[in-house]
Amino acid sequence: MRLVSRFNPLDVRKDFPFFEKGLVYLDTAATAQKPKAVLESMTECYVEHNANVHRGVYALAQEATDLYEGARKRVAKFINASSGEIVFVRNATEAINLVAQSWGRANISKGDVILVTVMEHHSNIVPWQMLAKSAGASLEFVPVSKDGLLDMDAARLSLRKKPKLFAFTHVSNVLGAVNPAKELIALAHREGVPVLLDASQSVPHVRLDVGELGVDFLVFSGHKLYGPHIGVLYAKRSLLEAMEPVLGGGDMIKEVALSHSTWNDAPWKFEAGTPNVSGAVGLAAAMDYLDALGFDAIASHEKDIMDYALEGLDSLGCVAIYGPRDRVGVISFNFGDMHAHDVSSVLDESGVCVRSGHHCAQPLMGELKIPACARMSFGVYTTRSDIDRAMEALRKAKVVFGL
Amino acid sequence: MVFDMYQEFILDYYRHPRNFGTLPHPDMISHDVNTSCGDEVTMQVLVKDDRIGNIRFTGKGCAICIASSSMLTEHALGKTLDEVSRFTKDDVLNLISIPISCVRLKCALLGLKVLKLGVYQFLGKKLEVQDEN
Ligand SMILES: Cc1ncc(COP(=O)(O)O)c(C=O)c1O
Repeated sequence: MRLVSRFNPLDVRKDFPFFEKGLVYLDTAATAQKPKAVLESMTECYVEHNANVHRGVYALAQEATDLYEGARKRVAKFINASSGEIVFVRNATEAINLVAQSWGRANISKGDVILVTVMEHHSNIVPWQMLAKSAGASLEFVPVSKDGLLDMDAARLSLRKKPKLFAFTHVSNVLGAVNPAKELIALAHREGVPVLLDASQSVPHVRLDVGELGVDFLVFSGHKLYGPHIGVLYAKRSLLEAMEPVLGGGDMIKEVALSHSTWNDAPWKFEAGTPNVSGAVGLAAAMDYLDALGFDAIASHEKDIMDYALEGLDSLGCVAIYGPRDRVGVISFNFGDMHAHDVSSVLDESGVCVRSGHHCAQPLMGELKIPACARMSFGVYTTRSDIDRAMEALRKAKVVFGL
Repeated sequence: MVFDMYQEFILDYYRHPRNFGTLPHPDMISHDVNTSCGDEVTMQVLVKDDRIGNIRFTGKGCAICIASSSMLTEHALGKTLDEVSRFTKDDVLNLISIPISCVRLKCALLGLKVLKLGVYQFLGKKLEVQDEN
């Protein structure tokens, strides 16, 4: 691991082999590129330590198990949890579904309300709709105010009615708005309402501490955190212990008889089958990498890029930006009367990758009264020259579209 | 070249789509969405003597989607349902006559898919009625 005393984006960029392609990659919120350290840790995992975990008694199998369980400890440390509270899943989506299918089925019944917000990604809406449908419960949505922030008064009112769960995103993947998680969790807890926090878009940008937040469930995806395709569910120990598994099979059992089986302890009872060992190891390496850069340095670098990009877009004169000025990670926008796909196509021609569409947030698109928007998103490796190239491409687009 | 994709006539069809709107009493209404990008198109057709007597469309989508749907409605007007049911992808690509990258092919072809969906359903319905007689 290398230590960086001062954050230099050009040095950081050299850690990411992806950029040898010469692309301007402004879609980090969809998935982040991976530093060499992550890729190497995964290769090493396959080349040096590949065996099934939790099974063999030979030394190599123990090595693999130690790596996997070591990664769990590393993830726990990253968010200040204990390793027994970390369940490895495929992605944030699967983590939310696990909570809905396990905790939800046991605790949500007919007539209950599940509180979410209008700015959620589909992954924090659809699993609750599915649960509500089968349990006879209903969903309530906290709206977004005009300035693109969560309507706190409405949230307070809804929480006072004591819904059975409040599930919300820490950072919106469209607006970039940062919801005051600590305050919302405290409000919810005052009413006895447990909270699931979707940290998918916050964990790459800010230091998270589940102890300080007091959150009950927290989910995120490794691939947005410069790591591989693996996901994390954090849940308070007492909750995990009380929850029933959703998938059955090997590894999640203590004993299997013909007539019945008994479950393994948490977190293993939620990890049926052979787990994604290299994914866990790669995620741990990504966390080492980010900690070495330091979250203060990451935040100040990303703020510089954000301000620079906002200024650039403003200067084009035909850009509508959605969400508050004070934001993290993403800028969603529309360009004159053009559709976001057209904007993204023209940028692609200049080697600039931006996302376009509804960003898996159709309810929010409805609220904003737009069918779609384009989105630029930034990470540790984004440079001012990336933004310059994007702005140049947009100026070209302005001519092409006759704006 | 993407810049060739946005020639003036494409942008003109996007900004002033011909046959955009709805019909009072259409014989067929069909609708579909590109799930990957959220583009959507609805077609309405009035049938007269087994031909497209009148046609309108509405939709939300990119320039390629709106322009190609609009041009398709102009092309389909007056054609027999049988002819329309045999329209192909190449017919649409000839109509819009711009280079389309494979990622944008779905945008260009949504209108065609929706129109054929309507015509198929209509012909299917008519066949059923004939069978009953
Ligand atoms: C806020 C938010 N939540 C959840 C997800 C789902 O992540 P995944 O598809 O990795 O499960 C995303 C991904 O775009 C997201 O932005």
